[in-house]
Amino acid sequence: MLRIIIAAITMIASPLMAQESVVVDLSQNRVEITATYSGSDIFVFGAVKREAPLPEGTGPLDVAIVIEGPLETVTVRKKEKKLGIWVNSEAVEVHEAPSFFTIATTRPLEDMLNEGDRRDYAIGMDFAVRPQGSTETDIETFAEAVTRIREADGLYSQREGLINLTDDILFEADILLPANLVEGDYTVRVYLVRDKNIVADTALDITVRKAGLEVWLYDLSRNSPLIYGLLSLLVALVAGYGASEIFRRLKR
Amino acid sequence: MQIYLPIAEVSVNMFVLLGLGGLVGMLSGIFGVGGGFLMTPILIMIGIPPAVAVATEANQIVASSFSGVLAHFKRKTVDIKMGLILMLGGLAGATLGVQIFKYLKSIGQVELLVTLSYVIFLGLVGSMMFIESLNAIRRTNKPGAKAKKKKHTWIHGLPFKTRFRTSGLYISVIPPILVGVAVGILAAIMGVGGGFIMVPAMIYMLGMPTKVVVGTSLFQIIFVTAYTTLSHATQNFTVDAILALLLILGGVIGAQIGTRIGVKLKAEQLRILLAGMVLLMCGKLALDLLLMPGELFSIGAGGH
Repeated sequence: MLRIIIAAITMIASPLMAQESVVVDLSQNRVEITATYSGSDIFVFGAVKREAPLPEGTGPLDVAIVIEGPLETVTVRKKEKKLGIWVNSEAVEVHEAPSFFTIATTRPLEDMLNEGDRRDYAIGMDFAVRPQGSTETDIETFAEAVTRIREADGLYSQREGLINLTDDILFEADILLPANLVEGDYTVRVYLVRDKNIVADTALDITVRKAGLEVWLYDLSRNSPLIYGLLSLLVALVAGYGASEIFRRLKR
Repeated sequence: MQIYLPIAEVSVNMFVLLGLGGLVGMLSGIFGVGGGFLMTPILIMIGIPPAVAVATEANQIVASSFSGVLAHFKRKTVDIKMGLILMLGGLAGATLGVQIFKYLKSIGQVELLVTLSYVIFLGLVGSMMFIESLNAIRRTNKPGAKAKKKKHTWIHGLPFKTRFRTSGLYISVIPPILVGVAVGILAAIMGVGGGFIMVPAMIYMLGMPTKVVVGTSLFQIIFVTAYTTLSHATQNFTVDAILALLLILGGVIGAQIGTRIGVKLKAEQLRILLAGMVLLMCGKLALDLLLMPGELFSIGAGGH
């Protein structure tokens, strides 16, 4: 009963919700990290489906796309000057820090979407790291540090105006995944925005996995570490001997 | 060309790694040091996780030392007996060092202690060698100056004496074992081969002739770093085979070139150059501790 009332209120409050929906697809939903992996382009494209014509005075359409890597817990350390030298002093665990976070939009984010929706749906660099439930008092400072460091590493980014929107129906964006990508399940979230409110959304997954030699070496190092270690040594000795021999012959 | 490292989980330029390997390998060939004290901090600087840098560097040192020692074997400048005794001490020391490392990690601040030991040991060894070589050069430049006679110290009063024919020494096995243990501990804590400490220890404490010091040091380093590599691979899973391979390819070639340059240089020049390099790295690390870092925060993996 309650749910029906809420649904009814939502329909009245944002009548567009029921009239528009979004259909999205990706150029690839699987990224394989091979030895020569140097980043990849994900082409996100979609269309807006309308059940009924829009009412008069409806604002223009905007689109936001968020690609997010697996969430992880990281330990963030802060340096402090003690006895004249800089040492790590405070260490805080920050939960729910995505390994990768990128936002593409049609316009500057603050101009097209209200703050409440940005917070609720985690759209924006300031909501990339969401350290909920932490008892640390200055958790915000540490969460901001994660965002700042990862932004410098190219793992977090916000690209305004990257999405091409055609006739308020079709949209497309070419989103670059960087080379220093971590394995895991990535999500692609797409939002339609009108009059600063989200009117429709959908989500897709991208699987990022190591492949080929990479996965073989990684598995070996975890499953048979002794063989992996001996193999590494063997390679070292063979290379050392090989170089020595080659140079000896060259000298003759 | 970018290449993705499977264990480090970062993508780096292949030629940067090959070049770094070659450069450090060349220095290692010239001076008979593994080059770990240069390579490990550099790898961390270019974005390799410290744990992976330390472990993988051990593997690389195996290759460059092996390549270097072969050249020394041909010139008969390896004291195998001395090397084996140093190795025994080294393996014991490395085992102890790994335990100390684990303990330091459990009480936190391991990073600080590693950097501090780098600064202290590089500083001490570097300045000692620098002053000593300056004096030596001054002596040789003055004609008619007498070479210092070998002093009879407490080392010669110890039991278990044995003859080291290649080095022309008749001393107790206790000092070499102790040197091995000390270097082994430091090697495990600092993630290096330990040549930069062993070379001066062999010259100044054991009184070994300079020409066999480099080969013998390389000989011993092979075993200790091979042991360290296996420990890291089986306990911490931090040896990156691809990273190691690239550093090795550059390194072995560099080491071969370096060994040939090393033969052409005089012992004093060799030592003063090595001293300068050790002091340079020491100064860099000291500045890191003293100057305010650009970013006060750093991200470590996982929880505590």
